[in-house]
Order: sequence, then structure tokens, then C-alpha cells
Amino acid sequence: MSDAMSHFLALTPMADVTLYHYLVVSAAMFALGLVGFVSRRNMIVMFLCTELMFQGAGLAMIAFGRRWMDHNGEVFVIFVLTIAAAEAALALALVVLLYRKKHSLDTEAWAQLRG
Amino acid sequence: MAGIIANLMSGLAPTLATAHGAAGHAVTNGAHEAAAAHAATPFEFITPDAGPGFALLILALPLLASVLCGVYAALGIKGKFPAWSTVVLLAGSFVATLMAAGTVFQSNAPLIVHGFDWISLKWGNVPGQSLTANFSLFLDQLTVLWMLFVTGLATLIALYASEYMAGDRGYARFFGFFALFVFMMSCLVMGDSLVLLYLGWEGVGLCSYLLIGFLYKKPSAVAAAKKAFIVNRIGDLGLALGLMLAFTQFGSLEYKEIFRQVAELQAGVAHGHEVPWSIRAIPLLLMVGAFGKSAQLPLYVWLPDAMEGPTPVSALIHAATMVTAGVYLIARFLPVFELNPAALNTVAWIGCLTAFFAATIGMATYDIKRVMAYSTVSQLGYMFLGLGVLSSAGAGNHVVTHAFFKATLFLACGAVMHGFAGQLDLRRLSGLWHMKGWKIVSASMLVGCLCLAGFPLSAGFFSKDMIIAESFVTEGFGGSLLGLLALLTAGLTAYYTFRVFFRVFVGPVEYHAGDEHHGDDAHDDGHGFHPHAPGWAINTVLVTLSAFALAASIPYLIMWFGASHDGWITGLVSHSTAKASNITVGVDHTATFLGANPHFIMYFVSGGIGIVGILVAWLLHFRGRTEAATSPGAEEAARAVGPILTWATNKWYVDEFYDFLLRKPLWFLAHVFYFIDALLVDGIVNLFGWMPRAIGGSLRPSQNGFLQSYAVGMTGGLALLLVIVWIVG
Repeated sequence: MSDAMSHFLALTPMADVTLYHYLVVSAAMFALGLVGFVSRRNMIVMFLCTELMFQGAGLAMIAFGRRWMDHNGEVFVIFVLTIAAAEAALALALVVLLYRKKHSLDTEAWAQLRG
Repeated sequence: MAGIIANLMSGLAPTLATAHGAAGHAVTNGAHEAAAAHAATPFEFITPDAGPGFALLILALPLLASVLCGVYAALGIKGKFPAWSTVVLLAGSFVATLMAAGTVFQSNAPLIVHGFDWISLKWGNVPGQSLTANFSLFLDQLTVLWMLFVTGLATLIALYASEYMAGDRGYARFFGFFALFVFMMSCLVMGDSLVLLYLGWEGVGLCSYLLIGFLYKKPSAVAAAKKAFIVNRIGDLGLALGLMLAFTQFGSLEYKEIFRQVAELQAGVAHGHEVPWSIRAIPLLLMVGAFGKSAQLPLYVWLPDAMEGPTPVSALIHAATMVTAGVYLIARFLPVFELNPAALNTVAWIGCLTAFFAATIGMATYDIKRVMAYSTVSQLGYMFLGLGVLSSAGAGNHVVTHAFFKATLFLACGAVMHGFAGQLDLRRLSGLWHMKGWKIVSASMLVGCLCLAGFPLSAGFFSKDMIIAESFVTEGFGGSLLGLLALLTAGLTAYYTFRVFFRVFVGPVEYHAGDEHHGDDAHDDGHGFHPHAPGWAINTVLVTLSAFALAASIPYLIMWFGASHDGWITGLVSHSTAKASNITVGVDHTATFLGANPHFIMYFVSGGIGIVGILVAWLLHFRGRTEAATSPGAEEAARAVGPILTWATNKWYVDEFYDFLLRKPLWFLAHVFYFIDALLVDGIVNLFGWMPRAIGGSLRPSQNGFLQSYAVGMTGGLALLLVIVWIVG
């Protein structure tokens, strides 16, 4: 068992928040988003899940940036956030349009694009 | 014009002079002296001079006529413009030939007229490593002889066709092909190299194909056209191989070089040298081409079927000119043939057997145009016999006289066909002589029949006798068997010729219309049929041609009374490469037939046989005949010969035999190959087409359209990648 895991599970009294803690949180966020994306069919929820994966990745980058004292990580995350904001507007507009067509948010309603 | 006639006559002058000198002697002596002229002196070739450029017009004018007809057809011009421009330009070509003849007669050497440089290849510096074939003309008296009747007859027959083809949708197309044929025939005859001859050879074959299949909506015409083309391919293969072998042996395809070397070879033979087999094989190959084009055994089968073409085409191409191309080829290369007596022997026997065989079929055929076709095959056989027994002069004479009387016969048959809506069955026509407006046709038919039957003192009589007599005196050719068979054939010829005349042109008047109607005068309105007599164009041409056919005998008569057996054409033939040198084949000057010189006695024997044939035809087909369908004599004769008549009417089942021997096996083989192609070749090709489809089909279900399954796929892929990285890393 690695040190980070030991800290996280509070097996040792050491209370310092290290890089590993951030990475574990980041991985958890990403995994939750992925599971949500795969298991849910509601377009808005699926969209939110992708946002969750985004933020997980962003958290990892900020953690690395902090760890190596390199601001590229933070800059990149701010850039991604900006893009994500624009993309969210676009994606939600699409969702609205798709909803108007089928009166449903279920992705199964759009399954005719099969080969 | 007067100068040209004078030149033509000057060619005769020496012969006439000797004739007058010998007038005091007995006829037999004169003939013996003439025979003694066949001394064995090697062939000599005189180096050619440059000739007059206007001779190129002989070729250029028909080509121009053909192009003009193409323009008329493209512009959709109606009317008789194609006919008139063709007739005028062909007449121009004939005049140019006459003028060229005048120049040629004044020159001792052959003339070469350079048109333009055509093929010039060089791949080494050694002789034989270059090929030169210019578009040049080779003019000697043999060329002139051929071109005179080719262009002359073409002009007359084009005039005939202007009326005959009237109302046909393909009027311009007809004259375009017709003029193209004359151009190609000129290339064949006048070319100064084997390459140009080959071009013309294939060109006339093409035109023949196009014109036999002129009525391309008629299945029998299309089949006949294909048959003619395919059978000719077999012969042309022989010609092509002969041409290639000649190139390897002589290192050139130009006549002037080939004949220079042949003259050396013949001089060598005179000194007892052997001719290498590779050179002796050349005539054997060339004659295969000649047999195909001139419809000899075993390749004659296409010519009778070629009668599906319009009658002017049958008259010009399939009777008078194109089919004599084989005779021209052998006559032109007679010095080469003389290097191999076996080749000459083959030519003589094939010719003689063809003459006999075709005559037997002609006796039992009911279609008058096909009777004439078999007669053409038979007469061409005589020409080959003449060449084979080294009577190139006889062959030359027979070509010319035959061209005129056979064209007359065909055009007369064509007039009948035209007037009676395609009726050609001699059992359904009778007594045309007594019908209004058919006198000229009947009289021309009579003239043609007399010439073909070898009636005494007609042109055909003289030219045929030269060949038959020569086959008795030339040594080493199966004794007198050739001559006897040729004499028998002469009797058969007289019979089948006058069978047609007595059945169709005299006797009770009776006719039944055929089932073809010419465009503007369809008689299918249910009001009965009225035959329409030929108009001025057809009558003019018939009168002119029969006048020529009659007049062709006058020079013979002059010389006959002058105690010479040489015809007027003999002078032309012996001033060319076609002159026989008798270097390998001797002449038996002491040979006799019925106790006399064959050249002398033959006039009486063959004349008598001709008259007997005519009498038999009269007995069987005229005496006591009251209806068109049959006659008492013919029925009696049919009972006497029994099934032989049926066999002969069915052409001795040669077509069926070829069908069984060649067509059926080929058909079977074609189907075998078809299945191999369909199963194996197509199978492999289709397999490659089927594979991507199969792969795509097996992968298609993964594209199910559900977003989640794609996401799972991506996640799974990512996981797989991570695992790999974890293991490897």
C-alpha cells in the first residue's frame, strides 16, 4: 500500500494534504463522471457527467501545477473552463433543440444513427 | 485520246506483224512456232524508271469520291448527288488510267511513281535490318491491264447502281463504300511493295464485308458478310506469313528489290543451283491468300453467300475485280512461283478441281444469281489452272474477258431481280424475251451466256482455250488429266449457263413476284404485281458491257485468221513480271491431243463441247416446256440421276461438313471456355468483391446508434490501453 493511500485512509496520523490526495479526489471525480455518463440516458445528466470528468482532469492539472510550481497547469485549467463555458452554452442549446424534436431527453430516441 | 488508242495498238503491233508474216503458213505451223517461243530463259527484271505523277490521280479520285459520299451522308443530302459524283470521279480515274497506260506502253522498264514516304524503319546497318514501304505505284503492263478493267467496269457499274439503288435509305453509304473499294483495289494492284498490296488486300476485304452486309437488317446478309470476312481471314493469314517470310529472305518488301533477287535466283537455277527451301516456301504461303480471296477450294464457300449483297456489288467485287486479286497476286509473283514447281502444281490442281466442283453445283442451283456465283468460282478455277500451267497470258486473257461477260451476266440478273421484286428462282420466271421492255436485258444475257459457255468465236471461247490447250503441253502436271477435266468442265459450264437462259429468258411467259420491294415502288397494295422494266441507266450499261464482251473477241479473230494463238492481252502480260520463264517446268513441244497440236485442235474440241452443252440444255429445259416450274426433259433427267441431283442442289453438303468439322467443335470449345471463365476467372474476381462486404457485414452490429455503448467502447479501449501501459511500463 502506498503512502498516499495510507494517509488517505488515515492509517497514519500524518494530516498533511499531499499531491496524492488531490489526485485521488480527481480520479474519483473522473470515475464518477464516467460511470454517470455510461449509466444514465438523460442528456442533461450525461452532459453534467462530462462536466464532472472535465473538472476531475482540471483538478489533477492544478495539483500538478502546484506540486511543481509551474503555472501552466492553472493557466490551462482557466482556459479549459472558458472553453467549457462556451461549450456548455452550445451543448445546452443543442439539448433544447433535440428535445423540441422528440419531446424526450432520452438518448435512445436518437438511436437511428446505427450502421 | 487518239494518242492513247495509238499506244494501245502499238502494244499489239509486233504480234500483228508476225501474224501477217505467218499468214502464208498452215495454221498448225504458226501455233508450233508460238509454242517454241516458250524457251527456258531466266526471268529478267529491268530496273524501274520514275513514272508520271498524274498516275496518283487513279487512286486519289475514288478516295475523293468516297469522302464526298461521306459528306453527303453526314449532311443528309437527298437525291442522286452521291451517284453522279462517284460516276464522274471514277470516270476521271479511268481516263487517268488510259493516260498512264499510254506512258507505260512507251517505256520498256516498269515505272515507279513516288507518292509520299510512308514507312521507314531502320534498326541496324546490315542489309535486311531496315524496312522501307513508300506510298508509291509500280506501273507495268500487268498493272495497267488490271487497272483498265477495274476503273472502267467500276464506272459503268456505278452508273448502273445509280438506278438500281434508287430509293434505298443507304444511297450515299453505298456509293461511299463502292468508291472506297475502287481505291483499295487500286492500292492492291498498283502498290510498289507487298505492304501496299497487303493494305489493299485487307481494304477490299473490308469493303466486301461492308457491301455484302449492306442490308444490315437482313439476318442472312449479315451472316453472309461475316462468313466472307472470316473465311478470308484464313487466306489472309497465309498471305501475311508469306509476306513476313519474303521479308526475312529478301530483306525488303519492295517489288524492285524482290524481283532483282528473284532474277538472280532464276539465273542460278539455270546454272543448276538449288533454291533454298525457305524461298520455295514463300509461294506456298502466298497461294493460300490467293485461294481465300479468289474463292478456290477449300475456301470458296463464302462467295456464293456473298450474293446477299446488292447486285452491282456482286458484279463488280464478287465477279469482276476483287476475286481476281488472287490471280493478280500469283501472276505478279509468277517468277517466285516458278522457283517451286510443287507450288505451281498445287495451284493448277486446286484451280482445275475448283472449276469442276463449282460447275457441278452450278448445274443444280435454282437461284440464277447463285448459278452465276458458282460460275465465277469455276471460271476463277480456270484462271488458277492457267497460272499453274504457266499460261499466265491465258489467265490474263480470261480475267479480262471474264470480267466483262460476267459483269454483263450479273447486271442482267440484277435487272431481273430489280424488276420482279427480288425473284431469282429460275422455276418461277419464264419467257422474259417476249415481255415488253425486257429485250435489252435478254439480249445482254444471251451475249454473256454465249461468252461464258465458250460458244465458238466468242471472247470466252478464245481465252478459255488458251488455258486448256496449255494444260496439255506443260510437262509434269499429271499428264493430260488436267486438260481433260477442264474440257469436261467446259461442257458443264455451257449446260448450266444455257439452263438459266432457256428457263428464264425464252419459253412461255410466266412470272411470280418475289418478296422484296424497292422503296418508292412497293407493289404490296393487293392490286397484283406489275414488273417494271429497267430504265435508261441500266439499259445503257448493259448495252455497253455486252458490246465490250462481244468486241473483246475481235482482236482474237484478227490474230486467229493471222495464224497465231496469242490473244491481244498476251502482249501486255508478257511485258510484265507475269511472263513465264519455264525455268523449272518444261514445255512438251511434241505433245499432241487427238493427233494434232493442242493449240490448234482445241478450238474445235472445246467449241464442239460447248455446243453439245448448249444442246443438252436446250433438250432438257426448252423443248416441250409449257410452264416455268419444270420441263419434261428436266424431270426425265432428274429421274435418271436420282439422288445425285439432290446432293448437288444441296451443294454437296460442304457447308454442313464444315459446320460439323469446324463450327460445332469451336462452338463446343467456346462453351467450355465460357464455363471456365464464368466459374474460375469470374469466381476469383467476385471473391475480391465479396470480401469487403462480408467484413463490413460482420462489423455492422457494433454501430448500433446507442451513445452509451459507444462510451463503453471508448472506456473499455482506454482501460485496455492503461492495462497495456501498466504491464509494459
